[in-house]
Amino acid sequence: MSTTMSFRSSLLRPLAVAALAFGLAAPALAAEGAPKPPREEWSFAGPFGTFDQAQVQRGFQVFKEVCASCHAAHLFSFRNLAQPGGPSFSEAQAKAVAEGYQVQDGPNDAGDMFDRPGRLSDRWPSPFPNEQAARASNGGAYPPDFSTLAKARTYEVGFPGFLIDIFTQYQENGVDYIHALLVGYEEPPEGFALPEGAHYNKYFPGHAIKMPQPLSDGQVTYTDGTPETLDQYSRDVTAFMMWMAEPHLEARKRLGFQVMIFLIIFAGLLYFTKKKVWKSVGH
Amino acid sequence: MSGHSTFEPKHPALKWFESRLPLVGLIHSSFVAYPTPRNLNYWWTFGGILSLMLVCQIVSGVVLVMHYTPHITLAFDSVEHIMRDVSYGWLIRYIHSNGASMFFIAVYIHMFRGLYYGSYKAPREVLWILGCIIYLLMMATAFMGYVLPWGQMSFWGATVITNLFSAFPVVGPTIVEWLWGGFSVDNATLNRFFSLHYLLPFMIAGVVVLHVWALHVVGQNNPTGVEPKSPKDTVPFTPYATIKDGFGMVCFLIFFAWFLFYIPNYLGHADNYIPANPLVTPAHIVPEWYYLPFYAMLRAVPDKLGGVLTMFGAIIVLFFVPWLDTSKVRSGVYRPLFKQFFWIWVAVCIGLGWLGAKPAEGGYVIAGRILTIYYFAHFLIILPLLGLFEKPKAVPASITEAVLGKNRGAAPASAGVSAPQTKG
Repeated sequence: MSTTMSFRSSLLRPLAVAALAFGLAAPALAAEGAPKPPREEWSFAGPFGTFDQAQVQRGFQVFKEVCASCHAAHLFSFRNLAQPGGPSFSEAQAKAVAEGYQVQDGPNDAGDMFDRPGRLSDRWPSPFPNEQAARASNGGAYPPDFSTLAKARTYEVGFPGFLIDIFTQYQENGVDYIHALLVGYEEPPEGFALPEGAHYNKYFPGHAIKMPQPLSDGQVTYTDGTPETLDQYSRDVTAFMMWMAEPHLEARKRLGFQVMIFLIIFAGLLYFTKKKVWKSVGH
Repeated sequence: MSGHSTFEPKHPALKWFESRLPLVGLIHSSFVAYPTPRNLNYWWTFGGILSLMLVCQIVSGVVLVMHYTPHITLAFDSVEHIMRDVSYGWLIRYIHSNGASMFFIAVYIHMFRGLYYGSYKAPREVLWILGCIIYLLMMATAFMGYVLPWGQMSFWGATVITNLFSAFPVVGPTIVEWLWGGFSVDNATLNRFFSLHYLLPFMIAGVVVLHVWALHVVGQNNPTGVEPKSPKDTVPFTPYATIKDGFGMVCFLIFFAWFLFYIPNYLGHADNYIPANPLVTPAHIVPEWYYLPFYAMLRAVPDKLGGVLTMFGAIIVLFFVPWLDTSKVRSGVYRPLFKQFFWIWVAVCIGLGWLGAKPAEGGYVIAGRILTIYYFAHFLIILPLLGLFEKPKAVPASITEAVLGKNRGAAPASAGVSAPQTKG
């Protein structure tokens, strides 16, 4: 018994280490050696940034048709599709999406669980019942949940860039990384020992990623004439992921501008009041 | 708090109340008539800014608690529920998380100001020590608050920091189990941290009351370090200090709003948007920026217990600054050598902060050791010796003289002092 146990654990240990290195929640900080992802143009960047509604809708399509077959988004509800500041589908459209899914409910009066069409109030159904099932279907790697993923990834900017980012309001580390990752699949360079079942990605920390290249040209059919290219898909789905991670981004930036205007005017008034009060007192 | 109040209530109801509890008189003497040096610069507005931040953190925190669930299976999702579903929940949560950083920015400026102008020297030693206690309480509060969202950095930060106590001989492991409420960072840990995170801010508020009380007994220091000698040297708190503090606060709020509305996750860690997972260690476990200098010191010492003692020592040494600084001159303005060493020390603190964010390897560790030694040398060697060897510049006879020069001053100053009193 004990020999079997120790045999098994010694067998499992390298597997666990491999899982740690490749799939299992990739570390948020890009490891040393990985190139910095290029900084892309995003409609939601900057103080007046807003989501490009058409882009987020396309991104949702990519998510639904491709990503969602492995990745969960357990904090995402169908009703979110119809809320302002994102894909902003009509309520009828969001309902139609929900009804396309079977959701388990119950127990009913007989004590049985039953399936019914999805409602707006339902969460996005996860592709796997639990983490173990997800790993078993994905070569031991756990496809991370999309709910907060765009904020859960970053890369090291380094000095002095990280200070400049305060002034330029650069906050798109996560989306730049994810976009770069999606277009960063390459043939491994000469002499790179790619582990079994892994794929080479230029931007992934350690370069060996368990996820096969998920998107390629022409994979998803757009109805609005947008180019059906890998780069476009990556941009669209990343914008969608940003919205999913920060659904109130537009409201935040809008309120921020109002607050800034108020505070700056208030500060100006206080400054001149202060000047008047202190006028006769040398200090 | 500054002696007898000059407040005389006019309204009969207020007279009745005031003769039973002189509350309005206390407020009047503390925040209206309280004499404040006329030469205070904007570095002195950070006391008011800190009070504002404390109130801001308590109010936003109380609202967050209404929606938060302190359980390891629910905490992460309940924070996300606040971010997504609660009305303006994203605003309240970002106020609270960024507010913690703003609180620390303000407290560091406040402490640097005190150290530069010698605000810790007699008779303000107790005032200074109370401030150090507030700082310690803030560190503990912020640490436990960061654990509550139960993200990866919450969990691993809690694991690393609580494990530090295991370095103490004999009692160490027992202390750690006692802190955890079990044999690892788990639900019991989260619950006690939540409880204490709610308690400590009110303890801070209590010590702040003592801090302000001590301040109003000994009076404010000022850029010259010369005590007020005549009524000419001071102005009443209201309107002079209130309007200046108010302006300082609003400017600080603009700075706060920049982070809050435009880069709310800049000061946090991306890893904390990954739910806590005891089986996966993040590539780099880094504490929040305000602990980084101490984290660098912890890792600079090869011995674990030595590192822990060094880290705590870096804060403990602040308690003894009033007695380590031997100079007779209070303000750094009149101490040419001290001034240079002060700025070197500030640079060392920033350098340690930068090192704290770097991996503990190679040159970073060596640099960390040098800067750690310098940090302590500043307090234990440089400050005591400077007082003995430095030749300070001539200190002005009074605040008014410093402000207006030797021959001017009497007329505008007294006008300034009497004006608000005749008005009010």
